[in-house]
Amino acid sequence: MTSRAAALAEGMPASRLSMRRGRWRWIAIAALLCVPALVPVLSIVAAFAAPDLDIWRHLAQHILPQVVPNTLKLVVGVALLSGVLGTSLAWLTAMCEFPGRRFFDWALLLPLAIPTYVLAFVAVGFLDFAGPLQSWLRAVFGSSAWFPPIRSTGGTIVVMSLALYPYVYLLARSAFLTQGRRALEAARTLGLSAAAGAWRVALPMARPWIAGGIALVGMETLADFGAVSVFNYDTFTTAIYRVWSGLFSMSAALQLSGVLLLFVVIALLIERRSRAGARFASSRDASREAPRMSLSPARQVAALAFVSLVFLLAFALPVLQLAHWAVARAASDFDARYFGFVARSLVLAGGGAALIVVASLLLAYIGRREPHRCTRILVRLATMGYAIPGTVLAIGLLVPVIVLNNTLQEALRSWLGPAAPTIMLHGTLFTVLLAYAARFLAVGFNPVESGLHRVTRSIDEAAISLGVTGAALLRKVHAPLLRTSLATAATLVFVDIMKEMPITLIARPFGWETLAVRVFEMTAEGEWERAALPAVAIVLTGLIPVAMLTRRGAYVA
Amino acid sequence: MNETLTESAMLPSAARTDLRRGRRIAALPLVLVACLAAWGCARAPEELVVYSARNEQLIKPLFDRYTAETGMPIRFVTDDAGPLIERLAAEGANSPADVLMTVDAGELWFAAQRGLLQPLDSAVLEQNIPEHLRDPEGRWFGLSVRARTIVYSTERVKPEELSTYEALAEPQWQGRLCLRTSKKVYNQSLVAMLIAQHGEERTEQIVRGWVQNLATDVFSSDNLLMEAIAAGQCDVGIVNTYYFGRMQRDNPDLPLRLFWPDQQGNGVHVNVSGAGVTAHAPRAEQARAFLEWLSSAEAQGQFAGANLEYPANPAVEPDERVAAWGAFKASPLNVAQAGELQADAVRLMDRAGYR
Repeated sequence: MTSRAAALAEGMPASRLSMRRGRWRWIAIAALLCVPALVPVLSIVAAFAAPDLDIWRHLAQHILPQVVPNTLKLVVGVALLSGVLGTSLAWLTAMCEFPGRRFFDWALLLPLAIPTYVLAFVAVGFLDFAGPLQSWLRAVFGSSAWFPPIRSTGGTIVVMSLALYPYVYLLARSAFLTQGRRALEAARTLGLSAAAGAWRVALPMARPWIAGGIALVGMETLADFGAVSVFNYDTFTTAIYRVWSGLFSMSAALQLSGVLLLFVVIALLIERRSRAGARFASSRDASREAPRMSLSPARQVAALAFVSLVFLLAFALPVLQLAHWAVARAASDFDARYFGFVARSLVLAGGGAALIVVASLLLAYIGRREPHRCTRILVRLATMGYAIPGTVLAIGLLVPVIVLNNTLQEALRSWLGPAAPTIMLHGTLFTVLLAYAARFLAVGFNPVESGLHRVTRSIDEAAISLGVTGAALLRKVHAPLLRTSLATAATLVFVDIMKEMPITLIARPFGWETLAVRVFEMTAEGEWERAALPAVAIVLTGLIPVAMLTRRGAYVA
Repeated sequence: MNETLTESAMLPSAARTDLRRGRRIAALPLVLVACLAAWGCARAPEELVVYSARNEQLIKPLFDRYTAETGMPIRFVTDDAGPLIERLAAEGANSPADVLMTVDAGELWFAAQRGLLQPLDSAVLEQNIPEHLRDPEGRWFGLSVRARTIVYSTERVKPEELSTYEALAEPQWQGRLCLRTSKKVYNQSLVAMLIAQHGEERTEQIVRGWVQNLATDVFSSDNLLMEAIAAGQCDVGIVNTYYFGRMQRDNPDLPLRLFWPDQQGNGVHVNVSGAGVTAHAPRAEQARAFLEWLSSAEAQGQFAGANLEYPANPAVEPDERVAAWGAFKASPLNVAQAGELQADAVRLMDRAGYR
């Protein structure tokens, strides 16, 4: 650990002049870290230089009136439902005791590994008119007309929430585990009932985490193209693709993405404003955990039934269906190449997770040391990438990289003449990882930033007064406090990259095929059942970080 | 830098080791980047590079065969046509790509329109590929034909009731028609070709008629659409033949059959999966030879057969499962019109409420 990093952690006092110089240095580093994420945002802003008025008129007349309310309904619905699911499940597994709790503790995370579009496809295949369930209902009752349609607003919201609630679950759980029980205990000694304690103390204290999780869910929902396409539910994102691929206008597609981002900025500002002034720091005394709440037998049964239901719907049943398809195709499709697919997926996901967590940690520390407006705006912009539809972001980032590559190539040619080697920055793993950083910085940053709230100034001061300073402060005091948050961030990013398609597809080096690329190859011409094999492999590989998380004890408190 | 040095000079030795280790760790990513960049640049002196929107399992076997026969290695990257075209455009003269391959004529037209493909003067290609399945200026060539035709339930529809795409807009199909989403380029091309035939006004009436006849919301795939017909949700729909072929292969008792519309008129709407040589291809000559080979009798059977499509080269017989659906008259209109009129088609479908 360098002394500079230690200084960063401590917020080292210095003379005013050098402090000012130091401040700008940190802001410059933050800016540097944000560059990859800022590039696509700037591409989008630049597209407004030439607004495509003709297309906008068409959109305003025929597309936007439908797409804007649709998108709002979807985002609000998915955010609410996954917020309620994630928070209540986290509450049950972190605060209460019931049979099977230890299993569900980590098992409820597993739906994270199923790509949303895969869950959507399985749900539509199983529950639509021609699916096995309704066919059976018709065979037994003669009609299935009363069965609610899955390809509807409600169906889309429920399925997407089942796929996305783990973001909230993971963050809320980490909040409850590290402070909830103690807070609740304190509330109860002050005379509040358990329910009142939950509502008035534990939940409000966990708010930054829950809000962070919901923000991720909302952004993911806005950017989603695959799942809404399966439901044929028109959103802003489908409109963006329609403009691009149907009307051949990349610039109008970027402009629409810009409007989408504006919505996100406003939503995040409202959230931030509503908790302005509140401080959410609290300490943790690991040596003295408060006991879990004991539930009455009836409540234990209810809790078990609820968590089992969610687990079945969001993970067990879909995976069974996928496994069924995968087994049918394994004989013809499974071969030795799969080891390569898995290995490459692991390298990308592992490398990306490491890169993004380190960047998030640095950014969060800089934000803590220099709570300057500049850094805040930078980070806000840099975490926008998660709300940009994947392909638009991939193109918005790749095109500037290619332009840079062309410039370098020209320079090289004029320097070395015809002997100059050909360079291709954009077809390298480095660019793929940078693009992941642009897309998933929010996923790493939100948990890390929430976690850093917990390391209060007073903890630092106490440690310093005991002679623990510099690198030791980071190692002995900060690291244990941040462990859960870092592990959470790494897991989320890892699994997200495993599932990511558009960036991997367009920026991967030649021959660099991954599991997600396999899914693309199969689904491109509608062979969804064949895509089950790589999808199952994604789920199984996604279990690795979850298992590590559990093993390392960072997860199980 | 200076500042850091003085800092380290003032530190106790343990911390200095710490610092040095930190430096070494910090250098690692740089080394990694250098390696990766070098790896990305490495390129065999003689090889073809293909950007392909046709998926790997359909093209790789052919690439391997070509390499075995000619010794020319082929490297490729697959993605949707949209991103591939943007990438090609941005790369410009520095692009490593020799060939662009897509699964829709409109996409090839768009790439040609942006100046990304070069005209070829190839007697072989002109002889092998019929005129209406290639660019009039020779910038791209269809390699397999995908017919988008009518599929119907053998239980609830008699083939005599069917006639044309246009007739599906008539009231007798009220509540009996299923369609795939208009977001899929295949439907955009179909409507573009209807515009080429009838003009916008008449086409809009037809599309409105379709929308009124829908039994249920449009589907996201041809497979789901056919399953819906088989399950009785609707009686008739429009699909690409190879989706039907695949489903029939997996389930020979499928209560569905294909119908060739408009046999007295313009014929069945067809689209192509095809390819062109890129404007800045480093190996344009070899790329042309490769396309010529793909259009030859030798390769055509496999190119089309792998996906149960029709060979673009009329001298080559389709796969026997495909031939079993019967011969048909295909639309003689040049498939390039699918691209020219695509944006109009999309706007028209938006106006008509066809999602």
